[in-house]
Amino acid sequence: MTDNPILEIDNLSVAYETGRSAVKNVSASIVRNAITAIMGPSGCGKSTLLRAVNRMHELYPSIKTTGDIRLDGESIFSMPVIELRRRIGMVFQRPNPFPNMTIYENVVAGYTLNDIRLKKTQRDDIVEKALHSVTLWDEVKDSLFRKGTFLSGGQQQRLCIARAIAFNPEILLLDEPTSALDPVATAKVEDLLGELKKEYTLLLVTHNMSQAARISDDSMFMYLGELVESGKTETLFTNPHDQRTEAYLTGKFG
Amino acid sequence: MTKEIFLNENIRQRNRKNKRFRWLVIAGSVITIIPIFLIVANLAVKGVRQINISFFTETAPDTFQAMIATSNGEIIPGGIANGLMGSLLMVIIASLMSIPVGMMTGIYIYENSTSRYASFVRSISEILQGVPSIILGIIAYLWIVKGVTRGYSAFAGSVALTIMMLPLIIRSTEETMKMIPLPIREAAFALGVPYYKMIIKVLIPCSFSGLATGILLALSRILGETAPLMLTALGSPAISLDIAKPVSAVPLLIWDFYNDPNMVNLVWSASLFLMIFVLSLNLLSRSLAAKHKYI
Repeated sequence: MTDNPILEIDNLSVAYETGRSAVKNVSASIVRNAITAIMGPSGCGKSTLLRAVNRMHELYPSIKTTGDIRLDGESIFSMPVIELRRRIGMVFQRPNPFPNMTIYENVVAGYTLNDIRLKKTQRDDIVEKALHSVTLWDEVKDSLFRKGTFLSGGQQQRLCIARAIAFNPEILLLDEPTSALDPVATAKVEDLLGELKKEYTLLLVTHNMSQAARISDDSMFMYLGELVESGKTETLFTNPHDQRTEAYLTGKFG
Repeated sequence: MTKEIFLNENIRQRNRKNKRFRWLVIAGSVITIIPIFLIVANLAVKGVRQINISFFTETAPDTFQAMIATSNGEIIPGGIANGLMGSLLMVIIASLMSIPVGMMTGIYIYENSTSRYASFVRSISEILQGVPSIILGIIAYLWIVKGVTRGYSAFAGSVALTIMMLPLIIRSTEETMKMIPLPIREAAFALGVPYYKMIIKVLIPCSFSGLATGILLALSRILGETAPLMLTALGSPAISLDIAKPVSAVPLLIWDFYNDPNMVNLVWSASLFLMIFVLSLNLLSRSLAAKHKYI
């Protein structure tokens, strides 16, 4: 797609059990400072692909990953996992702030949980900056020391995004981040993603085609574990090359 | 027309059945709650007279003092301080041994729930929970009284109580861990947090209320144990904090008081105290669970 991709996925396969791949030989490049949407019907492997990018699958020993993913030319599989996850943040489908922590503690959780010592002024800075970036600061600045779980769903999700970007990652992985939110909260998060791409590269899994069309620059369409087609969102939506893409986009299946 | 009448009759019959069944359920629940009120009321009426400050600060009287007091119509002097201190000592030692081991085992079983060894450990722990406490007393007698302290000792009592507490702690830890949603754990992993730190800094704090509840319930369960202590701690008329020596315990004192016709009045007071203490632990664990409920 471009000469200088931030992330290159090279012939990647992920199998939950031997012989049954959820992601099959996917190769793709992800463009810097853009939103790339991964679309496809349920069970097509889009979340599995996303979770391979920060090696989340390693939590489950039965999952086998083959192929390579390169971040700025360096294989992610040869990086220390903490460094990788520091450079590639993740936001989940359901908001998952740490229930035992305050809003403030949630934002700096990446540092405290990894025993990275910071001065109080540094911490205050990080919290304020991250909450500003997710446009949550004005809503929570007077309740920073209340539990994160007191917030509404949309606010919690923005808090989780703040937690991810407080680590100053290069890439943000978003696994259907708005599927548990109401339309108003969804709109807020979508606006936010549009802002965030100025500083970060966003890889977004969505089953919502109109969302992909609204906010993404590039799109990948997956079907049954295969990457069917990828390219500029505009091109993919207006002039799909593959029949399956066209069928999905016109609502024939999925 | 006849069909309608039939339907109406049918519905009326059903309503009657519903009502009857409802009364049956209510009656059952009343029968369940009556004993606890009767027990507390009975103990209070008979035991409250003996409860004063010296009841908590003095050791148990000898039978002669008790006889004189009873024949003069006075309250029996002395108290249950030796039993209180003994119970406290043994419960603290048992907690120190069983809580870390039980929590680690519970976390292990949860984290490896599919492994064969973990399910073996789980079944053993369930079996352990069903072992009669007197048998645990005999085992502690064999191992500790005979083998380690060469005589009845607080430590032997603590070991018996530890074995009783373990399965309760293991189970409550595992159940509590199950309540923590997977995404919370994944959130920690996505921040690059290593496995052991995730457990120490996320899982355990998140499940604090559940763990505390389990521990308090286990404590209230072992506080009233008498049989295993008869074979291990034996009892002692004096306050002792030496873990290699015999100590008393509140339930042991109740048994002693029961066996001495002059001290029967103390049975009621000591039982009232134990009952209220255990009930308070239960209530405390409930309020803890409600207050710290995150998930």
